[in-house]
Amino acid sequence: MAELSLALIMLGLTAYAVFGGADLGAGFWDLTAGGAARGGRVRGMVQRSMSPVWEANHVWLIFVLVIFWTAFPTVFGSVMSTLYIPLVLAGTGLILRGVAFAVRGQAATIAEARALGAMFALSSILVPFFLGAAIGAIASGRVPLGNAAGEAFGSWLNPTSLFVGTLAIAIGAFLSAVFLAGDSVRAGFPDLQRAFRLRALLAGAVSGALAIGGLPIIRSDAPALYDGLTSVPGVVAVAVSAAAGIATLALVLTQRFGPARVTASAAVAAITAGWALAQSPYVLPDTVTLEEAAASDATLAALLASVAAGMVLLVPSLVYLYRLVLRGTLDQEFEPLDQRFRPMDAGDDEDRRR
Amino acid sequence: MADVAILHILASATSPVEGALGEASQEHLLLARQTQALSFIVHIPLVCFGVAFPAMVLFMEALWLRTGDPTYKALAKRWSKVMLILFAVGVVTGTILSFELGLLWPNFMATFGEVFGLAFGLEAFSFFIEAIFVAIYVYGWDRLPRRVHFMTGIPVVVAGITGSLMVIAVNGWMNDPEGFRVVDGRVVDARPFAALLNGHVAHETVHMYLAAYLVTGFVVAGVYAREWLRGDRGRYVRAGLVVPLTFAALSAPAQVVVGDWAARTVADTQPVKLAAFEGLSETRTAAPFTIGGIYIDGEVRYGLEIPALLSLLAFHDPQAQVRGLDTVPAADRPPVNVVRISFQVMVAIGTGLMVLGAVYLITWWRRRRLPASRWFYRAVIAAGPLAFLALIAGWITTEVGRQPWVVYGHMRTEQAVTNAGGLAIALGVLIAIYVLLGALVVWLLRRLARRPPETEVGSEVAT
Repeated sequence: MAELSLALIMLGLTAYAVFGGADLGAGFWDLTAGGAARGGRVRGMVQRSMSPVWEANHVWLIFVLVIFWTAFPTVFGSVMSTLYIPLVLAGTGLILRGVAFAVRGQAATIAEARALGAMFALSSILVPFFLGAAIGAIASGRVPLGNAAGEAFGSWLNPTSLFVGTLAIAIGAFLSAVFLAGDSVRAGFPDLQRAFRLRALLAGAVSGALAIGGLPIIRSDAPALYDGLTSVPGVVAVAVSAAAGIATLALVLTQRFGPARVTASAAVAAITAGWALAQSPYVLPDTVTLEEAAASDATLAALLASVAAGMVLLVPSLVYLYRLVLRGTLDQEFEPLDQRFRPMDAGDDEDRRR
Repeated sequence: MADVAILHILASATSPVEGALGEASQEHLLLARQTQALSFIVHIPLVCFGVAFPAMVLFMEALWLRTGDPTYKALAKRWSKVMLILFAVGVVTGTILSFELGLLWPNFMATFGEVFGLAFGLEAFSFFIEAIFVAIYVYGWDRLPRRVHFMTGIPVVVAGITGSLMVIAVNGWMNDPEGFRVVDGRVVDARPFAALLNGHVAHETVHMYLAAYLVTGFVVAGVYAREWLRGDRGRYVRAGLVVPLTFAALSAPAQVVVGDWAARTVADTQPVKLAAFEGLSETRTAAPFTIGGIYIDGEVRYGLEIPALLSLLAFHDPQAQVRGLDTVPAADRPPVNVVRISFQVMVAIGTGLMVLGAVYLITWWRRRRLPASRWFYRAVIAAGPLAFLALIAGWITTEVGRQPWVVYGHMRTEQAVTNAGGLAIALGVLIAIYVLLGALVVWLLRRLARRPPETEVGSEVAT
């Protein structure tokens, strides 16, 4: 049952990495979209695609937290108390991001939109970085069991953490570009489709390069993790991830964005699975095994039964939401973000109607 | 019954646990508590809107579906946007809370996570459903068929209720811990479902839901009461005033009954907390109830004392014995003045809100119209912030009243806290964030309110 509970956490983490990561990545493209006029259309697309789904996507993080603290309470307490700095920073980023995004849609002047947009975009980069750094800290064995027993800074300011944090930003950007390219096709904006396709290819290449470049870092900084990732079964997951990543690039190149969504998600899922396999049977490497960390059987049984029951409601609801979104039923009017601050001309008017 | 309760208390008081992460030593415990308290003060009003507002929005939409009057649709649609904004803010403040549980109280989570954690697991699903359907509902206006659109609002109502039920179950459990045994200072034999069904969950839940309807109802009604006073008495303002005000006015008297139930349960299971409500230092029969005043050196001074009323309220018997603070060592008592003043504020405001609601309901019942006095509308405007104040006072009453325990009788707050540093910085950052957050939300809502109702439905709203 401990394995099943861990699998649930990994499932939640994967879902958050895919859906939440894509939302965070959208913040990255928002930040790098250029000046108000040039980036207006990209930002408008980000706003339109994220609005109906970002809250639901975000709940996966809560899902991970609650299963974590119920099923592995002592490890949860140890992780949270040692890694308080990156986690506070990630939490701060999450608030600022959510609020800035929600409010930006109502901005009345370009200056307001710019300030809120900067807040949204910058915090979208901080969140994956610090969450990634926290994961790096766990994976490299820097979180001991105990109340704030690990180093306050060294635990997450180290090569593995910095690497995982950076990779998390790149992967989010990659996923996001793939999703947004698909959305642009559906919305009928060839220029945006081209823009996001290019971004997807770039981000995919960067993510791949980072992943390969990171191996020597992990090898010297966290040899145990490296061994886990390069031996069976960890290496299988790594290989699957690489293959799925390459397949995604090929699909994006040939403009098949629907299947690309699936392979991109699979690439991310394989990475999280690889991490879990690499440090198996430990939850905190070399300190606490899965069996030692797990709550009592009664708790795990109750948790698993509850999650199973909850999924019966959740899965159809999510399917309904994403189906409405993909069908375009919930589509918002597309509006380049700088546009409502300009006097309207005929061309703008046409965009508005779509 | 009372004897059983005493045994229960004695049993719990004698079974302290050791923290699963060892002993905690934190010189800034108070900062940790204040950080947590601040986050709750920010989050709880949003919870109120999450619990009560969807029902009001759906009620308004139902009026539109029945009558076809676009005024109702304009209100429902406008409100649903407010609901979405507040939900979004609630998502982030709620995330902060779940981070804080681990960041501030790792030893509490590590020691008892397996006992109560399940409730949050169930809460996460409610939260999920709420997030999904709130988006479908708000973005689905005019895009889904009318009936389907209405139906997509129902899960929002239900999930808002079940989600907070789970969180309140945990709070009830902290006050009345069940579902585990303590052996040699270790928590064993966790029974998560038994923990959920503790003796406090029922009254706390109902008390909180009614509070949610009071806060939401009066805050929303206050917005339209202001328009009313400014001379706008059209159908739009009228409907916007009447619906939330009716919800609140109906909740207020029920809240008094539930408050009595809550106080009697506390008298049974947490006598020391009840003694703190009243500043009762010594156990006695025919205990008096003191209105106002301040607790100094073991007695309440400068207050208005009503003989035997506390015995009557707590046990429905004017001669009943009420246990005082002296039943436990000084180290096991909560800070009396904080608890007592909060309690009195809550009761006073609650009573006032009931009177206000009664004025409204009686006028409506006897004369079929709204009260004419301008003072009534001024009172409605004031009632929103006051209801909020009562809500916070109520939470302070129950949470500070639980001190020095985080898990009543088993784990002290000082054992639960993190050993990490930086609490002052974290609190400072959090204050800055919440100020920014509050300013942004107010700014956003005001901007939304300035748009004429016609923008919601086309041009056919009769104002």
